[in-house]
Amino acid sequence: MAILLDEKSRIVIQGITGAEGSFHTREALKLGSRIVAGVTPGKGGATLDGIPVYDCVGDAVEKHGANVSGIYTPAAFTPDAIFESIEAGVELIICMTEGIPVLEMVRVKQALKGSGARMIGPNCPGITTPGVGKVGFMPNFIHKQGNVGVVSRSGTLTYEVIWQLTNLGVGQSTSVGIGGDPIVGSGFKDMLALFERDPQTEAIVMIGEIGGTAEEEAAEFISSEVTKPVVAFIAGRTAPPGRRMGHAGAIISGGKGTAADKFNALEKAGVAVEKNPAELGRRATEILEKKKNQG
Amino acid sequence: MKIHEYQAKDLLREYGIPVPRGRSAATPEEARLAAGELSGKVVIKAQIHSGGRGKGGGVRTAASPEEAFAVSAEIVGMQLVTHQTGPGGKKVHRVLVEEAADAQRELYLSILVDRSQRRECVVIMASEAGGMEIEKVAAESPERIVSCAIHPVVGFSPFQARKLAAALHLNSEQRKAFTDITRNLYRLFLDKDCSLVEINPLVIIGDGRLLALDAKLDFDDDGLYRHPEIKGLRDTDEEAPLEVEAKNASVNYIKLEGNVGCMVNGAGLAMTTMDMIKMAGGEPANFLDVGGGASPEQIEKAFRILTSDPHVKCILVNIFGGILRCDRVSSGLIQAAKNIEMKLPMVVRLQGTNVAEGRKMLNESGLRFTVAEGLYEAAQKAVSLVG
Repeated sequence: MAILLDEKSRIVIQGITGAEGSFHTREALKLGSRIVAGVTPGKGGATLDGIPVYDCVGDAVEKHGANVSGIYTPAAFTPDAIFESIEAGVELIICMTEGIPVLEMVRVKQALKGSGARMIGPNCPGITTPGVGKVGFMPNFIHKQGNVGVVSRSGTLTYEVIWQLTNLGVGQSTSVGIGGDPIVGSGFKDMLALFERDPQTEAIVMIGEIGGTAEEEAAEFISSEVTKPVVAFIAGRTAPPGRRMGHAGAIISGGKGTAADKFNALEKAGVAVEKNPAELGRRATEILEKKKNQG
Repeated sequence: MKIHEYQAKDLLREYGIPVPRGRSAATPEEARLAAGELSGKVVIKAQIHSGGRGKGGGVRTAASPEEAFAVSAEIVGMQLVTHQTGPGGKKVHRVLVEEAADAQRELYLSILVDRSQRRECVVIMASEAGGMEIEKVAAESPERIVSCAIHPVVGFSPFQARKLAAALHLNSEQRKAFTDITRNLYRLFLDKDCSLVEINPLVIIGDGRLLALDAKLDFDDDGLYRHPEIKGLRDTDEEAPLEVEAKNASVNYIKLEGNVGCMVNGAGLAMTTMDMIKMAGGEPANFLDVGGGASPEQIEKAFRILTSDPHVKCILVNIFGGILRCDRVSSGLIQAAKNIEMKLPMVVRLQGTNVAEGRKMLNESGLRFTVAEGLYEAAQKAVSLVG
């Protein structure tokens, strides 16, 4: 099973002929990802390693049954690329692009409402389902098929944690990077709901960071809706207030969005919080084993 | 991006929002002339990117152009310390000279993006508790803050301002003025990709008119590419010199107070590395995200910035080699360390593809690299090196 990216996924890559788009398409193919088409306006008729390139997303949907899109377009063109995917009826939009103005994301969220499309990102490393494939930047070698769901706001920190799990012999159902922007397509809550319903997932690792209230909202959701064990870490305990720590969304403003607040909220919700990220993999492993012994 | 109050007021004026008459001055002589253009008492306000300027002695009044000269002579060039500047304060390069207003009531009005998942839209906030820090009001008496969410498709509708105005107990004349101010402020917010516009206080003066007595405008960095006129308002004097240098080199860097420098690929991992340094008993000197790819050029630029900070006693490098293999990262590190003649001890922690080869290269380089395997072990080693 796994979540989001599965055997039924047929992927179209928007911005496939660009440097990032073509590189990561080739990497994703090595992992077995079913990429059926690419889109670059003005380059319709070209191919990339045998993958047909179209001018419009609608063609990829019509001719190849694409139902997932991966977006690598430059920030200035990305809202347009997202709207095009929504209009074409794509079910899952995964947007890696960094640097989209927040007010554009307010419009995007409005367009997503009631559209039937779900969006992951922007400014995210994408999704990997081991055994099925990936869309995004996650390095191929770190994954192993298994039962832990991983959801995170960051990139390399996520790879670090996935790699820890894999080295401990613990595989993942799906790993999702939801993105580091203030407004993203899907939040922790949405991913937790999917992992909760997914029969393959037995435990969840959640990696948050300073800024906003996504982790607090997730904590509230966990206490009432999530029965599977959750292990969590929050990055940025030493971050100064009022400064943007790399990610547009990672900022403590008006005393809100601190790591301490988030750790507290999660702890209250019964989450196994881990303050040393080097121990996250081990902690998740222990919880899985305990669960097995009990059940 | 932040701008100065005088720049913010110029924008408010452009959008038809009433502000006191006045202009900025870089010298006491300019301040004297500016005061001469106004009648009666004037206010001289230090222009730095910080709140709480009044308490630090950065906002004073003058009864005549001569007094404006004298007061400005004291303010321009001073190191103004507020609760937001840190103990070192910020140097004042410019003052705003404007007519004094006889404020009868002080209100608060702001527009920002509410990023909580239940809203994710633009929100207008208002309060009768103007002139105070809004965070303080929110913590102590949240019932004194009223707000309304703006539907992204519908946009601003006057009834929203009327509702807020009623909560602020404005009379019908003032409600009209308040509605205009709110509508124009929202227009400015959208037009310029703002992340915050704040009028605090918005005052009612003796003749009943509303006036934006102070103004703070912050812009979404990701929107600046389409607003060159706003980009031009950036004042690099307000930023730490090393941060300006880093920005020019496209290195994501924030200076902190400690002495363990760090260079990491990825923002989340960079924050985590800072947390680990603290956990190991040290203090991070900075946040530095060298980029997911950690190219040799970026590594060299990052090293140059880290070594320019005299407080840095040791450098912790933490790279997760994903797409980029660890041996390539190592050769980049060795090359960069040689190019800049690195004198500081370095702890390097690599993880990912070809890690064994990468570590071997560092050990055999003859440079001052200490290789660490674990994340926490790396932080401990770096902290022990600064003593």
